[in-house]
Amino acid sequence: MAATRIDCDIHPAVGGTRTTLLPYLDDHWKEQVVSRAIDGLDLNSYPPSMPLSGRADWRPAVGKPGGDLAMVQRGAFDQLGASHAICNVVYGAQAVFDPYMASAFCKAINDWIATEWLSKDKRLRASIVVPMQAPDLAVDEIERLAPDDRFVSVLVLAQGDMLLGKRHFWPVYQAAAKHKLPIAIHAGSQYRGAPSSVGWPSYRYEYYLMEAQAFQAQLLSLVYEGVFGKFPDLKVVLMESGVSWLPAFMWRANKTWRGVRVEVPWVEAEPATLIRKHVRVTMQPFDGPPDATGVADIIEQIGSDQMFLFASDYPHWQFDGDDPMPPHLPASIVSRMCADNPLETFPRLKLAA
Amino acid sequence: MSDVIDRPILEQEVAAKSRLRIIDCDVHPSIHAQSDLYQFMPKRWQEHLKEYGSHLRTPYIGTTPYPRSSPLIARRDAWPPTGGPPGSDLPFMQKQHLDPFDVEYGILQVLDLFIFSQQNLEFGAAIQRAINDWQLAFWSDRDPRLKASIVAGQDDTQLAIAEIERCARIGRYVQINVCPRANEPLGRRRYWPIYARAQELDLPLGIHVGGYGGHAPTGGGWPSYYAEEHQSNAHTMAAMLTSLVLEGIPERFPKLKIVFIEGGFGWIPPATWRMDRQFETFRSEVPHLKRKPSEYVKEHFWFTTQPIDEPDEGKHLRALIDWVGVDRLLFSSDYPHWDFDDPRYAFRTPLSEIERQKIFSTNARAVYKF
Amino acid sequence: MTRHIVARTTDIPPGGNKVFGVDGRDIVVFHVNGEFFALLNRCPHAGAPLEKAACVARLTSPEPGVFERSRVGELLRCAWHGWEFDMRNGQSWFDPKRFKIRSYPVAIESGEEVAKELEDGLAKGPYVAETFPVHVEDSYVIIET
Repeated sequence: MAATRIDCDIHPAVGGTRTTLLPYLDDHWKEQVVSRAIDGLDLNSYPPSMPLSGRADWRPAVGKPGGDLAMVQRGAFDQLGASHAICNVVYGAQAVFDPYMASAFCKAINDWIATEWLSKDKRLRASIVVPMQAPDLAVDEIERLAPDDRFVSVLVLAQGDMLLGKRHFWPVYQAAAKHKLPIAIHAGSQYRGAPSSVGWPSYRYEYYLMEAQAFQAQLLSLVYEGVFGKFPDLKVVLMESGVSWLPAFMWRANKTWRGVRVEVPWVEAEPATLIRKHVRVTMQPFDGPPDATGVADIIEQIGSDQMFLFASDYPHWQFDGDDPMPPHLPASIVSRMCADNPLETFPRLKLAA
Repeated sequence: MSDVIDRPILEQEVAAKSRLRIIDCDVHPSIHAQSDLYQFMPKRWQEHLKEYGSHLRTPYIGTTPYPRSSPLIARRDAWPPTGGPPGSDLPFMQKQHLDPFDVEYGILQVLDLFIFSQQNLEFGAAIQRAINDWQLAFWSDRDPRLKASIVAGQDDTQLAIAEIERCARIGRYVQINVCPRANEPLGRRRYWPIYARAQELDLPLGIHVGGYGGHAPTGGGWPSYYAEEHQSNAHTMAAMLTSLVLEGIPERFPKLKIVFIEGGFGWIPPATWRMDRQFETFRSEVPHLKRKPSEYVKEHFWFTTQPIDEPDEGKHLRALIDWVGVDRLLFSSDYPHWDFDDPRYAFRTPLSEIERQKIFSTNARAVYKF
Repeated sequence: MTRHIVARTTDIPPGGNKVFGVDGRDIVVFHVNGEFFALLNRCPHAGAPLEKAACVARLTSPEPGVFERSRVGELLRCAWHGWEFDMRNGQSWFDPKRFKIRSYPVAIESGEEVAKELEDGLAKGPYVAETFPVHVEDSYVIIET
């Protein structure tokens, strides 16, 4: 095998609830899904036909980009050079309101991934998709899959109906930390409210830009609600966040905290310190400056080599060509990104499955 | 490592190399009491203000559900000895701020009475009108350094345009203020008539953080703490820049100058890098854009500097200034708020004399035509 | 080190402070929990006057929602950006090594002791003769710079 290069973010696609997921639903949900024609849960954040959702050469003739295992294997492993890849299924089970439906669908997604992907290719791993609509049901799903160490993280969306730091979600973090599962916050929205404080955007392009701010709000929530103090072993991975907003964000957080600390005295270190310790980021997309000096500056400003994780975001169209590595990254972090950092971030990820 | 922070601040750029009078693009005057405004309001609205008060999209009648870290968001030393809230006493403002810093012009930004967020739009318009008159009578008339801004609530474009035109006829206002957190993102079509009129009148658009638009302060929901909500202002500004650029406001109204006030500027480069990076991917969704987003930002937008970023290393602040472009920056103090920037110490990285002049004076002169 | 008599103890009420010009600097003296603390009246961050700082408890917390208070009134939250400083030694909360307010040793002496020191010719500072006639029944705040 070639050098270790762990792709921390690829997207197998669910063809449909009534098709892909049906075999993994119990009899009750099978009947509901069929007799009520419950389907089409592709998230508004990633409509399959949108150019970003699938690069042209990664779109199968039939079906959604990411829907075909063989095609994904050819893309992520052969073409883009990964040795291992973590599957993050972003399908709308997380966004329905019925918590039991959400739970059943999440379970189906996880069983489908395990059976039809992880068991078919030893290089694949996956995030556990959980129903954050009901944290106790999310904990149940984590506990159910914890014994299967091909599941290496817990997937949540960047925009839900409540900020992730809130006490309401702490049982999820307790379970995740217990089983050494980082929380993977992936771009995507439940659309419970406007995707930003200014309201509802006209364009998907606009929405996609608002996502970057949502990640920042989530980090502030996790820091200030004391999640990292409460669960000192917990790691959080931001997936598809863009990354380059980190330095100014950390400066502002430190600046604010120094003056407003009395609100949150349980925050025992500066926000930037906590973020460097507990937060990791996948590097595709990397919204860096266009020049090498600028990229070097941003990397230096972020201030921790351990934060960066290699990812292709296959089949999303984030780059052209065969190299998912963002240009101009300093050599020192490139090697860390591919092996050391992912292995440290996802402790359950064993190279030999 | 830390070259700048450890330096005793007394030595740091205390005296300007040239005698630079500064233009402060964000000064907050305050009413002493609501009754200050009565003379500028018809009886009907005086009564309404007394009986019904502010009707906002928040749980409280007169305050925020995110209590600030100091009374009235102010510096603790800014309470005038004669009484009244911070910012309400002109002689004290002159003594504490305008005179010692040799402020050539101070641009007024009024936040009283949640002017932009009144659900009762007619009432909101009456308050805005009163405040626009009050700015001249209580401030500009008494100290010509202080320049008024037309407050115009954008959620009713007709009322807003009527007030803009009224004030433009008076002729003593330097910009039109709208609010970033309103019903819809500012780039939306329903607000375009305001921009068209602003362009025709050759008045810049000034957008100051704040407002209760009815949306959570973040895309992920409502934060628990002021610490989060305070920082969300930067996110709000980034989202708003996105909306204005992507909806094509600079393309459609190329003469319109847009000023972002009290958002700081650290968030700008990553926002423009992301916009540019995704431009080709989403190009077919926004065919009205003829140029890359960052090009629009570099020509049509200005940003007041407060709250300035405070990286541990001065060179990082320098990198940030270079990325944003010194031509885009307008000094602001945010007097009398607690996170105020002192013009002597805010820039903890060396600036050339030309850069100092631009940031503290000539950029603002160009935007506001002083 | 020069010792300066700046005030009688009764000039500074408990929970309050007073600013004195000493050697060309403004020094603020706080009176809290029966003690006196003297600091340069300038925050090292951006020069804010500390006499207007909020005097608060030292606030810590073992976990979210639990508030532990100690040394009530001995922490300063700067009047501008709210940075917390320990009155006792001037150290900032968030970075005690790199950021601190210049602090000055304070001594409290009885009028009798002070009168005797003056007699012995130990000069106290510019204010002794003019501003502070010494009465033996009073106590005096003395700052060392």
